[in-house]
Amino acid sequence: MSDEVQIDQEVYDRLIGEGKSERIARAKAKAAAVRQAKIAEGQSLGPKPAEEASKKLEEFREKAASGGGVATKTAAPAGGDAGAGGRLTPEQRAARVAASLGQEQQPPSMGVPASSEHTHRLLALVPPSGIQQVQAKQQDKVYTWPHLLLVEFVALLAVTALLLVASFFLDAPLGSLANPNEVPAINKAPWYFMGLQELLRYFHPMVAGVTLPGVFMVGLMAVPYVDKNPSAHPENRKLANMAFTFFLTFWGLLVIIGSFLRGAGYEWVWPWVEGLGFTL
Amino acid sequence: MAKKDLKGAVQDNVVWKSIFRPGSIYRKGYRDTSRDRALAAMNNVLYHLHPVKVKRHGLKLTYTYCLGGLSFFLFILLTITGIFLMFFYTPAAGAGTEVAYLNMRDLSASVTFGQLVRNLHRWGAHAMVFTVFLHMARVFYHGAYKPPREFNWVVGVILLLLTLLLSFTGYLLPWDQLALWAVTVGTNMMGFTPVFGDQVQFVLLGDVEIGPNTLLRWYVLHVLFIPFITVLFLAVHFWRIRKDGGISGPL
Ligand code: HEM
Repeated sequence: MSDEVQIDQEVYDRLIGEGKSERIARAKAKAAAVRQAKIAEGQSLGPKPAEEASKKLEEFREKAASGGGVATKTAAPAGGDAGAGGRLTPEQRAARVAASLGQEQQPPSMGVPASSEHTHRLLALVPPSGIQQVQAKQQDKVYTWPHLLLVEFVALLAVTALLLVASFFLDAPLGSLANPNEVPAINKAPWYFMGLQELLRYFHPMVAGVTLPGVFMVGLMAVPYVDKNPSAHPENRKLANMAFTFFLTFWGLLVIIGSFLRGAGYEWVWPWVEGLGFTL
Repeated sequence: MAKKDLKGAVQDNVVWKSIFRPGSIYRKGYRDTSRDRALAAMNNVLYHLHPVKVKRHGLKLTYTYCLGGLSFFLFILLTITGIFLMFFYTPAAGAGTEVAYLNMRDLSASVTFGQLVRNLHRWGAHAMVFTVFLHMARVFYHGAYKPPREFNWVVGVILLLLTLLLSFTGYLLPWDQLALWAVTVGTNMMGFTPVFGDQVQFVLLGDVEIGPNTLLRWYVLHVLFIPFITVLFLAVHFWRIRKDGGISGPL
């Protein structure tokens, strides 16, 4: 912060007076100050002429060829030709690289030159197979902000509102203290496990409680590997859709039966006769 | 003028600039141009979840029904309400020290907003199980598990299982009759695991039957272990959605 470039106060005040923004006025005033400083040092302003740069390079190469001047082999040509950076021909550039590597006559190589003592690489070669090539068709897309984020925000608000209203009017149940010695008349798992509990009615507990759920889970995970049909269009996958709908319906039915049509002792009841034996 | 100076003073310093990346709308302002829309998405932590642009058809409510997003939102909501509940709950039970159950009583009787937050947590949990089920159905009917998304479906099934386990472990915590016996139905089934039935049940219950050890064990599972695992799988799920080229479709 301390050695910041001085600004030309006069220029700054003038520009502010003209109604320019603070930022622009400051930048221009800074530039003016730098310009003045350079003139004071006797430097020329503006881009350096090309001849001057080439001349500096020639000088440098002569020095390099005669073995003097360059202290270490790796040392980049010290100072002086900073202004020449952008104006080298490919040959000149190659010569410069070669000079700094200490092997004037050979063509520049990408890796470590065999004759050199250097062990670091200037460039890494990446085989084409090492590059992830992504090819995709141009798609009809819209900006995430504002389009998607707005939709998401509305969905989020709607759900929050719904939950708040529900929570305001319906209290979560709390029964009497847990008592391992007193089996309640109606004894049910949470609704998402009612399908399993209903199965328990028909099968041995090992089948209903362990084998079938295991088969369902593994079966679900296997779906993408079993369904080899490449089309995602409903027209082309009637069998898959039918099978899944059947599975969902079957499961839904078990949950509904278990939740609403089972009463004391897990016997069949009609809720309008015996009341709803179901707690969320 | 004064307003502009104040804004400059707040925004033109190292601290502000260290918080907001170059190009952030909080550094350089926002005009409704394509460039600024892109920058708004890029210089935002949500860039981890959303690319700059998304497929137009995915915006239609009837494509995703927002179900995956809502499942995730409910997960967040449950985390927040759950932390609140943790301040007022001790997982202790057993003859003479029915702390857990009494805590639940106090929650509705004497904690400000206690009942409301408990309700939110309870109904939110049921809602999340429901939205995750529906999300799975939506994904199936769109054939959205087809290559390259096969593995993300598998991750999804694991998330479904984790959601059920989160819900189920939470069910025991109020330590009332409802909780005890609903959970008993479930854990009895576990006891029928072939060969290792007794061992499985013992690990789950920390005892031969549901008791104080079970409560502590399920509490830790519910508030720490399963949420942690779930977050890991959620990260993989979301990462794969983007790597697989955003959401599927259009049909
Ligand atoms: C905690 C539960 C879950 C969360 C928070 C979640 C979140 C998400 C989100 C936000 C998306 C983006 C698209 C959308 O919203 O539909 C998505 C896509 C997807 N999810 Fe889930 N998900 C969960 C469970 C599942 C389950 C149970 C499955 C399947 C068994 C699944 C399979 C997939 C697949 C395959 C996609 C890509 C869909 C597409 O490209 O259209 N996820 N998920």
